[in-house]
Amino acid sequence: MPVVAAAFQYGLKPEVVADGIWVVRGADDAILMGNGGAIANVTILDTADGAVLVDAGPSLRYGTELTALAKKLTGKPVARVYLTHLHPDHTYGDAAFQPPQIAGTPALIAELKSEGPGFSDGMYRLLGDWMRGTELHIPGHVIATPSETIGGRTLRLLALAGHSGADLAIYDEATRTLIAGDLVFHDRAPSTPHADLPHWRTSLDTLKGLGQLRVIPGHGPIDSTPHAAIDQTRDWIDWIDMALTDAIQAGLDPVEAGEIAIPPRFTAMKAARYELQRSVSHFYPGLEERSLPLVGKRA
Amino acid sequence: MKTLSILLAGLSAFSATAGAALPKDQLGSPMFGYVGKQVFGENAVVRFDPRVKVDFPKIAENQRSFPVQVDARGIPDVMRIVIFADMNPIQQSIDFTLANAEPFIATRIKLDQRTPVRGAVQLKDGSWLVSGGWIDAAGGGCSAPPVSRVKGDWAQHLGESRGRLWESAGAARIMLSFRHPMDTGFVDNIPAYYLEQIKVTSSGGSAIGTVHMQASVAEDPVLTLMPKIKPGESVSFDGRDTNGIEYAGTLTAATVNAAVQGAGR
Repeated sequence: MPVVAAAFQYGLKPEVVADGIWVVRGADDAILMGNGGAIANVTILDTADGAVLVDAGPSLRYGTELTALAKKLTGKPVARVYLTHLHPDHTYGDAAFQPPQIAGTPALIAELKSEGPGFSDGMYRLLGDWMRGTELHIPGHVIATPSETIGGRTLRLLALAGHSGADLAIYDEATRTLIAGDLVFHDRAPSTPHADLPHWRTSLDTLKGLGQLRVIPGHGPIDSTPHAAIDQTRDWIDWIDMALTDAIQAGLDPVEAGEIAIPPRFTAMKAARYELQRSVSHFYPGLEERSLPLVGKRA
Repeated sequence: MKTLSILLAGLSAFSATAGAALPKDQLGSPMFGYVGKQVFGENAVVRFDPRVKVDFPKIAENQRSFPVQVDARGIPDVMRIVIFADMNPIQQSIDFTLANAEPFIATRIKLDQRTPVRGAVQLKDGSWLVSGGWIDAAGGGCSAPPVSRVKGDWAQHLGESRGRLWESAGAARIMLSFRHPMDTGFVDNIPAYYLEQIKVTSSGGSAIGTVHMQASVAEDPVLTLMPKIKPGESVSFDGRDTNGIEYAGTLTAATVNAAVQGAGR
């Protein structure tokens, strides 16, 4: 019995980022039974009014453990949970919190209402008992200002897009730390199921100029430089864009497009082949429609 | 006694080559015996052969549209290629009868659950060579409504086809795509409705091959074939769907549109 119980504990371990700010690192992998879906980075900030979380992990179990960890680190209960974007590895742990605690931009709230519950079947199928009791909560705190101050800590809230239709990035003024959500990946290949690459590039330009000392990416290790991870994310999405455009121009079918060589500069990047094959699925139909000439209509 | 044992040996040798039973499935699928009989028929000679290269992505990112490629160019005398997935409610998706074409086809299929995905080739002597692998997939590829039915625009684009011919020495290739809902008949009260046959011919008049499809081919079907054509020839296709609507067009080695946009939507 204890063995079974232990099998469904995440054992969350915080890494110190700067003064009063920690990150719980996700596994730099796909959502798998073995990692319980804990693949995204989650940030914990200390304020006088309580702990502030950025993202909530994949499940009720995760959100519950996260609450305990935040209490242990800050000595206070959770005051607010910011959700960066709709993907379930970041949001489903919000089941452990009440809607008034959970904050989102209006655009994200709209996406969570329409698409959020749809991830449930897939998450339960992949993760089984890890997901027990998990039900996505829709944020009750609507972000309406460009910054919010909680217990003396001022957070700039940047409502952007590109990785998804609504991406929130958060800049902690006290430590000059950028909490980038999935607009930035680091040494873990970016995922593109809801990506709009031109918007993503624009958002990366914005993030580059905020004056940060370091970046907490949505996935992968903390970047202790102002923009190495931002540049790497941009390099990857530019490569995906160019490589898949070339692939369709060369007549490759999507199986072959998913097997093209990945440039050596991305060798250290985790899940690169996996994300390339996912991106082929996301982008190939549109590329075909744009690059194959119309050759026939219904008679 | 000696005569009898020779006779018996002869009989057993006969039954082995006639292959009354399918070989033991390398993939351990509970459905292989049943599906194998449907695809190959009774008494077919069937062997597993890794030279039938069945290739697909490691992840079924979209269970409504899963890319599969079958490449049997290392095998002489291939007459026919079929693609099937044991656990799909419509197991067979593609049946390609080759004429002047390399034994190669790529398309996208629906997946209804974790399943073996297989390619099989039939040789001139009537025997079959099979290969394939398992892929994990979420449910619903065959039983979810087509995107164009949900959007409601399927009829506006029905039958629009796009395609291109690539000529390169000894290995020409065509890619051909159609807008079609490929209704399986398993959704709401919409009956099965799909593109069922595409015949491909060179401009010189020689047959390249005929592809028969089932509704387990993904919505907006795409085919990649390798026709054997002469330099300068183009390729024509004509086909029909299950409502008798006909589709036709010609693929040329078109000059590429200078302004091809990137992958960004």
